[in-house]
Amino acid sequence: MQASIEKQSPGFAPVALKCSSTAQHCFQRNAYSVASHRCEVREHRWVNDRYKYLKLTAKADLAAATKPGQFYQLKCPSTHDLSPFLLRPMSVYGVGPEAGTVEFLYNVTGAGTHALSHLEVGGQMDIVGPLGNTFGLEPGFQRIMVVARGVGLATMAPLLQHAAKAGIRITSVMSARTPKDLMRDEFLRGVDADVHCVFDSDGSSSVEAMEQLVRRLLGAEHHDVVYTCGSHRILMRLQQLLKDFPGTRGEVAMEQRMACGMGVCLSCVRLFDKDGDKQFLRVCREGPVFPISDVVGEVEFG
Amino acid sequence: MADLSVRVGELGLRNPVMPASGCFAIEYAEALDLNNLGALVIKSVSPKCRAGNPTPRVAETYSGMLNSIGIPSKGLAYYRESVLPAYTRYDTPVVVSISADTVDEFADAVAEMSLPEVAVIEANISCPNLEADGMAFAMTPETTYKVVGAIRRRTSHPFWAKLTPNASHIAAVAKAAEEAGADALVMGNTVLGMSIDVRTRKPKLGNVMGGLSGPAIKPIVLRMVHQCYRSVRIPIIGCGGISSAEDAVEFMLAGASAVQVGTASFIDPGAMQKIIDGLESLCQEIGVENIRELTGQVKLDRQLSDRWLRFAQQSG
Repeated sequence: MQASIEKQSPGFAPVALKCSSTAQHCFQRNAYSVASHRCEVREHRWVNDRYKYLKLTAKADLAAATKPGQFYQLKCPSTHDLSPFLLRPMSVYGVGPEAGTVEFLYNVTGAGTHALSHLEVGGQMDIVGPLGNTFGLEPGFQRIMVVARGVGLATMAPLLQHAAKAGIRITSVMSARTPKDLMRDEFLRGVDADVHCVFDSDGSSSVEAMEQLVRRLLGAEHHDVVYTCGSHRILMRLQQLLKDFPGTRGEVAMEQRMACGMGVCLSCVRLFDKDGDKQFLRVCREGPVFPISDVVGEVEFG
Repeated sequence: MADLSVRVGELGLRNPVMPASGCFAIEYAEALDLNNLGALVIKSVSPKCRAGNPTPRVAETYSGMLNSIGIPSKGLAYYRESVLPAYTRYDTPVVVSISADTVDEFADAVAEMSLPEVAVIEANISCPNLEADGMAFAMTPETTYKVVGAIRRRTSHPFWAKLTPNASHIAAVAKAAEEAGADALVMGNTVLGMSIDVRTRKPKLGNVMGGLSGPAIKPIVLRMVHQCYRSVRIPIIGCGGISSAEDAVEFMLAGASAVQVGTASFIDPGAMQKIIDGLESLCQEIGVENIRELTGQVKLDRQLSDRWLRFAQQSG
């Protein structure tokens, strides 16, 4: 736990997932303290038909406190029709350059995000965090791969920024329903990467096609790690596939319905396989980032 | 500065605010100074190892939430060695909450956890009694008397019985707990509820039914605290939907000596500190020097009905 809150050299996220034999070692925090921050809405706009971009500023130095993969809990404002009660966990899309600035990119789906989408520039909202562990990005890495779909794109965007600053080369496999849903520029944000785009509309995003593409890329050049988020089917296929590339680690940012976001309520547990020992871990606390190899596939349990 | 200190039986607290079991764990040390709370109430432990209920374990409701966590537990030995020590290093009394399936199991567990470093045992008798067809112990006066009596015979520790709002005659249940030897009552717990997704037609909780908590249940539990207060002489700790200093004072006026805060911490991990700070200023505002003097001080007009009747008789 201590290692993860030490000051890191600029450009590197703390290595979060040195989970060894017990769950105890996964209780890693990257924040010194968690607080509720009253924020001002600085920018809020549609990116396309489904996604909105939200930029907030707080008095605290959220940019320094927040690491790639972490999330905040958002207190979505009540509207005439909607009164979301629970906070909504949302991964951080970006921070800075001002110390208090934090950015989110979200899909407008349920009551919380619909209420949130009405928030006006100049308005206020409370967020709690930063919460959760981070992606493991090590200084010695040469090349990484990110496999992104849907909202997973927002989760992994800060990772690309950190990797690029550290001089790590990036392969990006992006999946979307149609080319207009892709958000390539929003994901890369100026970072140089070897980008491969696949779509539902032409069938190129089927898990079989994705597997062939990822296999070809991993076979052509060594990647230190593959990161993913956003699709359970892709995750499970990557888990199988990575068994054939023992030199390549895999990490996934998981999602789960949660209440407290801090590891207290135990509502967000999922089953993981740690060295042959099956155990429930809290997505909000031991995660949201887990080794891909540890995930136990669940379909029916939300 | 108002004096926020209160007493719950033999136990003195620096202020009346403590977490509700199930809504508190050591992780909140990152958001709060645990030395500022009245007491630390740890998540219930059960002697049997349990994985908890299937996910989804939580669903949102109007002004509240439903949960069906299911008290995951790794047993008493693990709890004593790996859970408890993190809480006992603070200068704040520690309350161990226990849940069990049968009367004997309950009494054995309370005896085993009556440790010197534990200030109080809270018996969560709102959990299903496997000897009574899954009805919660605290749903009837008879089962309440039985389990509380069995626990009393096995511990000399201060011991609080946590009652459930799912009981039909709460005053009788409270009386039974008092007569069987509980030192104080915690009133209450979550209200049994259910929610269905109309599109998928599936229950929103993996366990189908779950407990409703949050501001939605506050009026129900406040009423029950008052009914208990009229029924017993032992102290009552109010618990249900408290999220502000005003809520806490409302519970004290209804008859509570202290309060437990649960769901509010999920919305703001600093909620309990904000309530404590709010009590300072609220006491100042309403001219209260010692907060303990508020207990049971709701102003009731015992002759109101008679006066109204006489007044109404003057009308056409």
